[in-house]
Amino acid sequence: MKRRTLLASGAAAAMAAVTGLPARAQEKTKVGFIYVGPINDGGWTQHHHHSAMEMVEHFGDAIEFMYQESVPEGPDAERAITQMARSGADIIFTTSFGFMDPTINVAANFPNTVFEHATGYKQADNVSVYSARFYEGRAIQGTLAGRVTQTNKIGYIASVPIPEVIRGINASYLHAKKVNPDVEFKIIWIFEWLNPAKEADAAKALIEQGCDVVLQHTDSTAPHQAAKEAGGVYTFGQAADMAEYGPMPRISSIIDNWAPYYIDRVQAVIDGTWTSTNTWDGIGTGMVGIGEVSDVVPAEYKAEAEAMRDAIATGDYHPFTGPITKQDGTVWLAEGEVANDGDLAGMFFYVEGIEGDIPS
Amino acid sequence: MLKLEKRPQPSKFWTYAAPLLAVVITIVLGMGLFAFLGNDPILSIKTIFWDPVFGEFAYMDRPEVIKKAAPLILIAIGLSFGFRAGIWNIGAEGQYIIGAICGAGVALAFYPTEARWLIFPLMIIAGLLGGLLWALIPAILRVYFKTNEILVSLMLVYVAEVLIKAFSIGLLRNPDGFGMPGSRNLRQYASAANNEVIAGTGMHWGAITAVFAVIVAYILFTRHQFGFNVRLAGQSPRAAGFAGVNANRLVMRCLLLSGALAGVAGMFEVSGPAGQIMGSFPSFYGFTAIIVAFLGRLHPIGILLAGLLMALTYIGGETAELTLNLPSAAILTFQGMLLFSLLAVDVLTNYRFKFAGAEVR
Repeated sequence: MKRRTLLASGAAAAMAAVTGLPARAQEKTKVGFIYVGPINDGGWTQHHHHSAMEMVEHFGDAIEFMYQESVPEGPDAERAITQMARSGADIIFTTSFGFMDPTINVAANFPNTVFEHATGYKQADNVSVYSARFYEGRAIQGTLAGRVTQTNKIGYIASVPIPEVIRGINASYLHAKKVNPDVEFKIIWIFEWLNPAKEADAAKALIEQGCDVVLQHTDSTAPHQAAKEAGGVYTFGQAADMAEYGPMPRISSIIDNWAPYYIDRVQAVIDGTWTSTNTWDGIGTGMVGIGEVSDVVPAEYKAEAEAMRDAIATGDYHPFTGPITKQDGTVWLAEGEVANDGDLAGMFFYVEGIEGDIPS
Repeated sequence: MLKLEKRPQPSKFWTYAAPLLAVVITIVLGMGLFAFLGNDPILSIKTIFWDPVFGEFAYMDRPEVIKKAAPLILIAIGLSFGFRAGIWNIGAEGQYIIGAICGAGVALAFYPTEARWLIFPLMIIAGLLGGLLWALIPAILRVYFKTNEILVSLMLVYVAEVLIKAFSIGLLRNPDGFGMPGSRNLRQYASAANNEVIAGTGMHWGAITAVFAVIVAYILFTRHQFGFNVRLAGQSPRAAGFAGVNANRLVMRCLLLSGALAGVAGMFEVSGPAGQIMGSFPSFYGFTAIIVAFLGRLHPIGILLAGLLMALTYIGGETAELTLNLPSAAILTFQGMLLFSLLAVDVLTNYRFKFAGAEVR
């Protein structure tokens, strides 16, 4: 008897929830986020969430915010996105490359919802894609690395062999080489985006091989910790400023800042002006932030790095400006030629001077 | 004072009642957990167990439950043979991954030829063989070198995980994918897609195979010499020896059977719900299936029901995460409670409570 009344009250509560929700949905724009990692991963997901929260703060009560964290890329992603769409989301951001096909599939079933997929290349009428030109920041890191290294050996902790990571390696190598022709790059692939133990091991191995600068395309602070313990090794923050490791070993950083984009896009939905777009922004719009260059870097080099940052921001300088030769000796860009976005998007070769092969 | 007393014979009643009681205990404990997290416990349970089947969006959820249950049931059926005979294949996850790689590999080798009548059956065979071969390794090592199949099969899961990552950026990478990891999407390749046989029901070829496997397993266990041997070896290896059961052959057969079923489950998954070979393809079905097998009492019908129940907690759990803002860890805890309470309640099958001091009749 008692159990039955419990069930009945549960049903009543559910009814209230069901009838209450649509009324609210009329007024507010519902914004959803699908994250690949937990919101406190310290890297990629945390920065998307951080930017999302900035967006929420900006709009305040005008929107309703929801998110789902730790959504695995794969069969479960499609269902997670579907569930968000059917709970009435007006715009859904899917913030990992692996959500590309699921996003496209779900978008086809929900023509009245718009989708924003990060780092992918498939668009639809209601699916936009957006990504950041992180290689712009890599050019600055490469310049600094080439200047501060004493051993002329620069270590690079690479994550997954995709064009974005390869662009980063090439951009930093080209610019390190430009200011210091004797530099040599040692690259370790860990095939993951976030794995503190592996990152620490990779950093230690690089330092043991004589590298006194360690660049990373992975998300944890473990390499900084390893560098700090070793002493005399320079690092750069990734995704986050990682200022807690400054002024040494961290001497600058690349910061992911998606907030302006998120505010823009949600505003477009509110205004009814949203259209499917392909956005690839860099330092110029602030999507890629460059963390303060710390004072252990000599003033002239700091000024040089900042000048490059400003030149990239205004569009006066493109990090991939010819002459650039590929590793196999063929010419990619002639003197003064600037890389086009198509080539950059699919970049799958090392530039001349980098040793080793891209894993495949 | 309460005392546990061993039953002379395992209780028939509790063999079947224990899983049900475990589910009830899990629900009660779960309600406590959800209430502790500040959620309405009744609403939480309703969202997890009721809404996916009868709620507003049930028409979308029911097919998903079936899709999620299919690989769990298929793998668990395979495992149940070995588990009954005391042969512990813990590495179904690895066999599942290798089956997926082999199945997808065959499909991609034919791409873009349109010949479903040839390609899809070949993929099924490749999936079966892939899983079987991966299970053959612990089987041979166990039979000829007396290694422990638990350890070997488990370790091979990690090897398989590395292999699928390597294939997703190497041999099977989508040449039109702008250098991104991952194979072509098999769902967009008509000859290889594991589509729903009846649209909107979730009954894809893997689900149909799972039902078929349940029926065949039921017949094997009740009517066939092989099922008898398996049960005998599990209950009394010595008696099985006297009855002429070849222990080594039984190990081989049980491991290969579970490997083949896990492999074909992987193939149906990669050509259906997952769509492509990716580093993130492994989703622990191979491990979850172990829970399903035990929850289902290693009985084919029990496994069918347990697989559906487990799938339900996944689908309902996801909805609860989103609509009630339950953390994903709470759902995992809830699923863990299910196995935990089953193991606890299991005591009742072999023991009974007795009040010390009461007169013994």
